[in-house]
Amino acid sequence: MPINLYILLAVVLFCIGVVGVLTRRNAIIIFMCIELMLNAVNLLLVAFSKMHNYAMMKEGIATGGSDGQLFVFFIMVVAAAEVSVGLAIIVMMYRNVHSVDINFLNRLKH
Amino acid sequence: MNNVFQIAYWIPLLPLIGFLINGLGRKQLSKSLIGIIGSGVVLGAFALSIAVFLQVKSGNTAALHYFDFIKVGNLSIPFEFKIDQLTSLFLLIITGVGFLIHVYSTAYMHEEKTEHFGRYFAYLNLFIFSMLLLVLGGNFVVMFIGWEGVGLCSYLLIGFWFKNQEYNKAANKAFIMNRIGDLAFLIALFWMAAKLDSVSFDTVFSQASLAKLSSLDITVITLLLFVGATGKSAQIPLFTWLPDAMAGPTPVSALIHAATMVTAGIYMIARSNALYSLAHLTNDVIMYIGLATAILAATIALKQNDIKKVLAYSTVSQLGFMFLALGTGAYTAAVFHVMTHAFFKALMFLGSGSVIHAMGGEQDIRKMGGLGKKLKWTFFTFGVGCVAIAGIPPFSGFFSKDAILLSAFQKNPALYVVALFAALLTAFYMFRLLFITFTGKFRGSHEQEHHLHESPPAMLLPLIILAVLSIVGGLVGIPDVIMHGGDKLGAFLSPVIPVHEGHHVEASTEYMLMGISTGLVLVMIIAAMYIYKNFTPTETKGFGKVLENKWYVDELYDRVIVKPLHWFAGFLNNIFERVIIDGLVNGVGKLVNYGGRQMRLLQSGQTGTYVLLMVVSMVIIFALQFFLRKG
Amino acid sequence: MEIIEILFGILAFLAIFSALMVVVSKNPVHSVLWLIVTFFAISGHYILLNAQFLAIVNIIVYAGAIMVLFLFVIMLINLNRETAPQKNRWLKMAGGVAGGCLLLVLVAAFKEVGMAEKQKAVVNVGDIGLIKSLGKELFTKYLVPFEISSVLFLSAMVGAVVIGKKE
Repeated sequence: MPINLYILLAVVLFCIGVVGVLTRRNAIIIFMCIELMLNAVNLLLVAFSKMHNYAMMKEGIATGGSDGQLFVFFIMVVAAAEVSVGLAIIVMMYRNVHSVDINFLNRLKH
Repeated sequence: MNNVFQIAYWIPLLPLIGFLINGLGRKQLSKSLIGIIGSGVVLGAFALSIAVFLQVKSGNTAALHYFDFIKVGNLSIPFEFKIDQLTSLFLLIITGVGFLIHVYSTAYMHEEKTEHFGRYFAYLNLFIFSMLLLVLGGNFVVMFIGWEGVGLCSYLLIGFWFKNQEYNKAANKAFIMNRIGDLAFLIALFWMAAKLDSVSFDTVFSQASLAKLSSLDITVITLLLFVGATGKSAQIPLFTWLPDAMAGPTPVSALIHAATMVTAGIYMIARSNALYSLAHLTNDVIMYIGLATAILAATIALKQNDIKKVLAYSTVSQLGFMFLALGTGAYTAAVFHVMTHAFFKALMFLGSGSVIHAMGGEQDIRKMGGLGKKLKWTFFTFGVGCVAIAGIPPFSGFFSKDAILLSAFQKNPALYVVALFAALLTAFYMFRLLFITFTGKFRGSHEQEHHLHESPPAMLLPLIILAVLSIVGGLVGIPDVIMHGGDKLGAFLSPVIPVHEGHHVEASTEYMLMGISTGLVLVMIIAAMYIYKNFTPTETKGFGKVLENKWYVDELYDRVIVKPLHWFAGFLNNIFERVIIDGLVNGVGKLVNYGGRQMRLLQSGQTGTYVLLMVVSMVIIFALQFFLRKG
Repeated sequence: MEIIEILFGILAFLAIFSALMVVVSKNPVHSVLWLIVTFFAISGHYILLNAQFLAIVNIIVYAGAIMVLFLFVIMLINLNRETAPQKNRWLKMAGGVAGGCLLLVLVAAFKEVGMAEKQKAVVNVGDIGLIKSLGKELFTKYLVPFEISSVLFLSAMVGAVVIGKKE
């Protein structure tokens, strides 16, 4: 498959995630959109890793490009940790303001 | 190099040391010590000046280079002295007359507190130092340092009794008027430096440099220098400070405002004769301004009632004569008149000081009269001064004034007539002063009459010396027609100032001119004697009123310059400052305030807005990165 | 048109559509479910790219663990619709416009750079995506980051507990 299509797909997914973050006010959905953006990047990384692998194979190196996939693995690890903490924060927020609407989180003003 | 020239720097340095000692120790030193130091340093300078003069007279001159004062690019201004005939002559006048006035001051100022007495002598010494620097300077910058120094001392001494607000105003007036001239001097200096990369006399006046200057350059430089001279030497239009400067102690008037400082402009132009002889337009300007000043001041002096004011206007008038001589190219005559004027005007000022001293501070001649009986020496010496300034042969004023009148005649007989008229007025008002003050009946109060006394010897001695000088001082410049080779001064100065070549005047004509002027002067004196011998004060009317009010020149300046300036300042203060400057300043504040208030709304504290802004910024950055970075 | 291209097209459409549904759904639970669909589509892409390990991990970690966590939280706070009424409509519009602009700029930039058309991500070929080869890399070259990630997990766990703890 041409790499162009993967890039396009990843960009579109990423931008949908951005729009979600910008338009929704529910903290949980915003959080999910962030996950979506992470996954778009993951997809792109894997596609590039395969592209790289293909280019290296022509030079006789079979394992080229595996770094990209390991990166994705680590991103998932970090994402899992992030989600656990992030959700804890959302719960905490709900406990304090009885809402997960980020418009209630305007304490930054003060 | 001669030994005398090697120690020539002590001439200005001695008064400077005196200034430092008297200035710093004015509270510790006793009055007599201050007087001895103050006079002693000037006497030392005088002795050195005599040595220098003798050296110069035997034909040696010197250019002394001490250190580099300013060195920028091509422009190099060393701190240098130039000692030649002109300088040595001025050195003698300054230190000689200065010394006499110092001695006189020790008695005249004796009633001041020790502290002020010390301050007074410190100023006087500083003045002598500055004046010596002015005449010793080997380039225009060193001259300018002295030029400014004397202006400063003049200010300090006019405002010596600073508790009187009027005196302070007079001091300010003198200083500010001088500044106007100084500005022109500075511009001329810059012009010169820009065109020639040098301000040294030797370089500027060399043929090579003069050839480099266009006639426009020369005209502008000379005119600007002349404006500088009008400030310092009290010519139209900057002369009104000099009469006001009489607020200072009388010896100061004698030293600064008669004998030395006011002649700085004449010295400067005489020094720059190489430039001026090329600038015909400037010469005409100088000539007419000098003549106009001479007439104007002489007419004012006719009706003044303050003894010092009469002398002040007389000084302005005499300075006008000197400028007339400069304008006609008779530089030697101008310098000659500077010298004789220094003698007789210092004499008369000191004499008037003696009168004022005797009258207990009274300066109005209407309240004097008949003083000749009590103040015999003062009367006698003052009379000598009057005769000298009136121009009766063989007193000094005759020769110098005659030289000026002759040069005017050579230029244009009409000039001669006007100048002669001014000279006659001079004789008239001087004798008016003499007769009103010293003859007739005493018109003051009883206490004053009781108080009348002859001045102490320390004051009389300078008077007598100056009187002798006023009598014989003119003998160094006897015209050729009377005695061949009698013009010793002209011969002495000839290396610096080329001999003046005017239209040749027949010996008989010259005799006739002398005869006319002398005869008319005698007529004037007799007329003054008849009118004022038994003077009783009367109200002046008509034209006399105009003269008494000094042609309303001060009022004119007030109306034409000061009032519009005040109005303009008021306009700037009320309109420009309030609306534009304040508007600008406050506008910046308001704009920032308003901007801040609007920007504050961005800081909603809402995360959504922040993220939105972040994305927008990202878009902008990407766009810039990819699309605007081509090439 | 090869089978792979058809599959890619279907998966891409599915991914984009479900992603859109995540954003537009009113009900958060629906959003979660649509997100899971998105993840499955992405996992499908991984399989197409012969990255089997990541495909499985993606399903297990994301679609399985993380999304379940989201569902738990939604259930926990008993929130199945947006509480407050929609305010600030222009802000929403601005968000949409900004996201669109970002898309536009990125695509345009991508066109501008002109990534060589011939570059390809090989499909079906190459075994770097297999568990065996990735595991080898992970436990040799990336051993230290792997171990450190365990520390990260520990700290995340501690953090979550501390935050979630009642005062």
